[in-house]
Amino acid sequence: MLQAINVQKSFGETGVLKGVSVRVSRGEVVAIIGRSGSGKSTLLRCMNNLETIDSGEIRIGGEALVTTGADGRPVYKKDKALRMLMLKMGMVFQDYNLFPHYSVLKNLTMAQQLVLGRSKAEATQKARALLDKVGLADKASEYPCNLSGGQCQRVAIARALCMDPDILCFDEPTSALDPQLTQEVLSVIRQLADEERTMIVVTHEMNFARDVADRVIYMENGLVVEDGPAQEVLGANRSEAIKAFAGEANY
Amino acid sequence: MRYFNNPEALMKLISSMQDGMLNTLTIFFLTLVFSIPLGMVVALLRMSKQKIISAPVSLYILIMRGTPLMLQLFAVYFAIPMFLGLNLDRMSATILAFALNYAAYFAEIFRGGMMSIPVGQHEASQVLGLTRVQAFFYVVLPQVIKRVLLPVSNEVITLVKDTSLANIIAVSELFRAAKNEASRTASIEPLFVAGLFYLLMNGVVTVVFSYLTRRFDYYKD
Ligand SMILES: Nc1ncnc2c1ncn2[C@@H]1O[C@H](COP(=O)(O)OP(=O)(O)OP(=O)(O)O)[C@@H](O)[C@H]1O
Ligand SMILES: [Mg+2]
Repeated sequence: MLQAINVQKSFGETGVLKGVSVRVSRGEVVAIIGRSGSGKSTLLRCMNNLETIDSGEIRIGGEALVTTGADGRPVYKKDKALRMLMLKMGMVFQDYNLFPHYSVLKNLTMAQQLVLGRSKAEATQKARALLDKVGLADKASEYPCNLSGGQCQRVAIARALCMDPDILCFDEPTSALDPQLTQEVLSVIRQLADEERTMIVVTHEMNFARDVADRVIYMENGLVVEDGPAQEVLGANRSEAIKAFAGEANY
Repeated sequence: MRYFNNPEALMKLISSMQDGMLNTLTIFFLTLVFSIPLGMVVALLRMSKQKIISAPVSLYILIMRGTPLMLQLFAVYFAIPMFLGLNLDRMSATILAFALNYAAYFAEIFRGGMMSIPVGQHEASQVLGLTRVQAFFYVVLPQVIKRVLLPVSNEVITLVKDTSLANIIAVSELFRAAKNEASRTASIEPLFVAGLFYLLMNGVVTVVFSYLTRRFDYYKD
């Protein structure tokens, strides 16, 4: 479904991804954990074409987003083909990034109409169904500024789902939220996991990673240090590195 | 006092200044019509990552904001016919000079507005598959409008008063008409009539902008 091969990325002098390879299969929920600055967000952003990589390869559904040419430089898909490929990816940001000037409903319908060419009626129907799913059917005509953080994040999830992505990515979707609101967002993600959606979740919520993810990837210093079934990586026999990290993360 | 205590004389005075008022309104509206879209284009060019585009545009903005509008009026009215050989009538020269000048101010206001939009808005647009043009018109621009209303209203109020500069190249706008009446009748009252007209125009501008501000009050950001 998604494959990153030996991805390297640096900002100026500092290497942030130093050869990261990750594979995500259909229906899998992958949690990415690691200390602050270990490169989790950068990896997710590279997969969503929000950052360009220096070298390596990223394939989405078998199609190459980027490969490395003979001269060692990355070769990206272009223009329309690129946008069409990226539609297979959905992204939920830490700070929601809802469009403040549009109602919740319009936040959900705009791209469906503009990008997917759906009719207004079709887009609205889809939007209402997804709002219902995230428990916000009654907020369709509200503006984002009148919602709580947890509600905003659930709207953002619904907005991403409206585009029918094959893979949904989350970058610390709950770290701007207090514990109670965190739970309402996590339960939505849990529900999506039960529906066999393919998801990649960067998170600091260890319990969530262990309970919901099929696989956990632990990153350190721009490298994948551990990658395995959640029960193994975070279970009773976890490694010293994970113990040290999880100790700090209050797990 | 000759006019302000004599309504009949006052009406006559006003009607003799009517053409000037119309010309002032023409300069005002046409300047806005041209300079606002032009300002938006200039702002976008100024933000280009290509130095070869942004550098000359920066120079243009520097010149427009860094020299007197009065001088620019002269330059457009006298220099363009001289170097380009095409003849501009006084009114066209005025509107061209004003539009070029005000576009530079609007451009900087719009640029500030666009830079204040969080990068997350662009990223959200991108991951939803919007093209850059769609993101600009559906996501960025509507939010920029709300953010620039106040500084734009300042410029528009200044423009009302700046129209009087056109009298320097003998455009018969309101201020020139008032001056003529004043010297013809040896009274300063026509100048006060002009002053009240500028004030009235700016009263309308203020009302329009507070209406627009209220219209954009439906969300906070
Ligand atoms: N746009 C950027 N410019 C320069 N350096 C950056 C940029 N984005 C990230 N970095 C650096 O790259 C490194 C990895 O950042 P990244 O955001 O991927 O970490 P992270 O694992 O997501 O951390 P956190 O848990 O704090 O979100 C950090 O040292 C960061 O300072
Ligand atoms: Mg991060």
